[in-house]
Amino acid sequence: MSNPTEFLALVRGPLFDVAIAIFLFGVILRLTEILALGRKHDYSESRGGEGRGGWTTIWRRMLPDQEKIKRAPGVTVLGYLFHIGFFVCLLLFVPHIELIYNLIGIKWPGLPTPFIDVAAIVAMVSLAALFVNRLIHPVLRFLSTFEDYFLLVVVFLTVFTGYAAFHRLMEPASSALAWHILSVELMLVIFPFTKLMHTFTLFIARWYNGAMAARRGVQS
Amino acid sequence: MSKPTFEKGYNAFKKEIDAPVASFFSSCVHCGICAEACLFYTETGDPKYTPIYKLEPMRKVWAQEYTLAGKLRSALGLGRKLTEDDFKEWEELVYDSCTLCGRCSMVCPVGNDIVYMVRKAREAFVAAGYIPAGMVGAATRAVKIGSPMGVRLKALEAQISHIEEETGLKIPMDVEGAEYMPLLSSMEIINFPEYLSALARIFREADATWTLCSEAFEATNSGIQLGSADIARELLQRVVDGAEKLKVKTVVGPECGHAFWALRWEGPNLIERPYPFQVQHILELLDRFRAEGRIETKGEIKERVTFHDPCQIVRKGGVLEQPRNLLNMIAADFAEMPDHGKMNWCCGGGGGVSSNERADELRIKVFALKKRQIEASGAETLVTACANCRLMLEDGIDEYQMEMPVIGLTEAVADHLLERRKD
Repeated sequence: MSNPTEFLALVRGPLFDVAIAIFLFGVILRLTEILALGRKHDYSESRGGEGRGGWTTIWRRMLPDQEKIKRAPGVTVLGYLFHIGFFVCLLLFVPHIELIYNLIGIKWPGLPTPFIDVAAIVAMVSLAALFVNRLIHPVLRFLSTFEDYFLLVVVFLTVFTGYAAFHRLMEPASSALAWHILSVELMLVIFPFTKLMHTFTLFIARWYNGAMAARRGVQS
Repeated sequence: MSKPTFEKGYNAFKKEIDAPVASFFSSCVHCGICAEACLFYTETGDPKYTPIYKLEPMRKVWAQEYTLAGKLRSALGLGRKLTEDDFKEWEELVYDSCTLCGRCSMVCPVGNDIVYMVRKAREAFVAAGYIPAGMVGAATRAVKIGSPMGVRLKALEAQISHIEEETGLKIPMDVEGAEYMPLLSSMEIINFPEYLSALARIFREADATWTLCSEAFEATNSGIQLGSADIARELLQRVVDGAEKLKVKTVVGPECGHAFWALRWEGPNLIERPYPFQVQHILELLDRFRAEGRIETKGEIKERVTFHDPCQIVRKGGVLEQPRNLLNMIAADFAEMPDHGKMNWCCGGGGGVSSNERADELRIKVFALKKRQIEASGAETLVTACANCRLMLEDGIDEYQMEMPVIGLTEAVADHLLERRKD
């Protein structure tokens, strides 16, 4: 790229459109792949309340639970911190809200930037700690694949480049912003084909889990 | 069964994968929390026992067959394909170190119902011919003789005449139009005949008509544990035929946990139609009799008792309050274990592990958790409501040199029954 302004124009323009297109196509494809499989009719006599059970599980599994904090403190606490920090940055940073408004015409109030700063630092520190935790915890190290580590790096980059762009840690500022947008585009493109999809599919998974348990009279 | 092959195993995986399974694999973030819910991991510290890892062969088939990315990878010769070795390596993980207790399904942050998938994965292991010898033996006896322990009608009849002599009560057999048709598990016939005598006394007191069925008295279903829908269907069909022939209103599942699972939840799906009768677990029935005032008790167990919740009855069967209502009626000092109720820990021998001798050492090792739980309750007597749990608990208590009687809840209720009827 010959100069920073052109680079920014490219990532903001055509690359952004391509990334969004792949993201949307991928997410719809993946959701279709899952739901199209369907499931067999259940002939057993239900104890009732499948729908309610499903929705309750969707909600309940988001809440902290003592056993998880006690038995898996690292991944549980860091997991919460990361998700909260990340979503605060993504959804409550005023320029992000403006971008979303331009895309889909919906907006909401944002937070002053010092709060976003704290959230970004919390997210970055948690991501780094999750990476280390993955390396040292016997179960996590055993389960982890390249994708697990790679995604931590990609998500870290999106937050870090955003933070760097805002605080002008890199010159010129337009380049910093361009790198931020580029890292987000990378995340959008790989999103549907990696475990980042859990953002959407966990609602389906929790619903099935809760509904099947409720059928048998258990709140899962 | 036709000869098992790798292809059949592969196709069985394909057939078993449905929308819930696809949503679960799509959602797993490898957080490892399911390991903390599994007694095989907590007691051994070996990460290979992480529940979701037990499904790696199934995940491979899902990725390869049901995702565009996986199909592309396989077209390019990339991606990890399922191999015969996977079946060989995972057999132990799917059978020896999973009791189908379902605790992992309760804790997964993204909501994966892991045990739902292990149950399905076993179908593929059966189709591919990778199954523990002990479980095959139990299933073969169940199909040929009618019971996994080889108990024939004659043995039951011998116990019946014993009980009739002892109690002076008639045990009805093949009575058409009776309201209740209780089923038994082999263990109850052979190891715990008190159960049948308890039923006779309770039904008399509640003034209910009941009958055993000579063609369908065994409720356990090795096909379910093994993961063979074909065997499961054949065994279940006998019960359905028996109940339909005798035109009973309600089939009463024995205390045995997985028998209840087989009968209540999988059964109608195996025969692909709803039953013309109701199915209740014996504890549900006893609690109803209690609530309706049809049975009352006298006296109480003096020493402190605690209750071991059988996984298939509580966590996977929804019978949670009933045992507590019943125990409170007959125990002066009922104390709960930590993690009791729907988060209770397995006895270690469910899901066919008890009939898989190869897994004995591991099963005893993981019993350490149950030991801690029992000790924390401070109880002197352990009550449960599953013949298999009961045997496993007795075995573990013995191995760990603890001193503690284990009793079945139904017979404990019968022992304290206020017998008002004189006939």
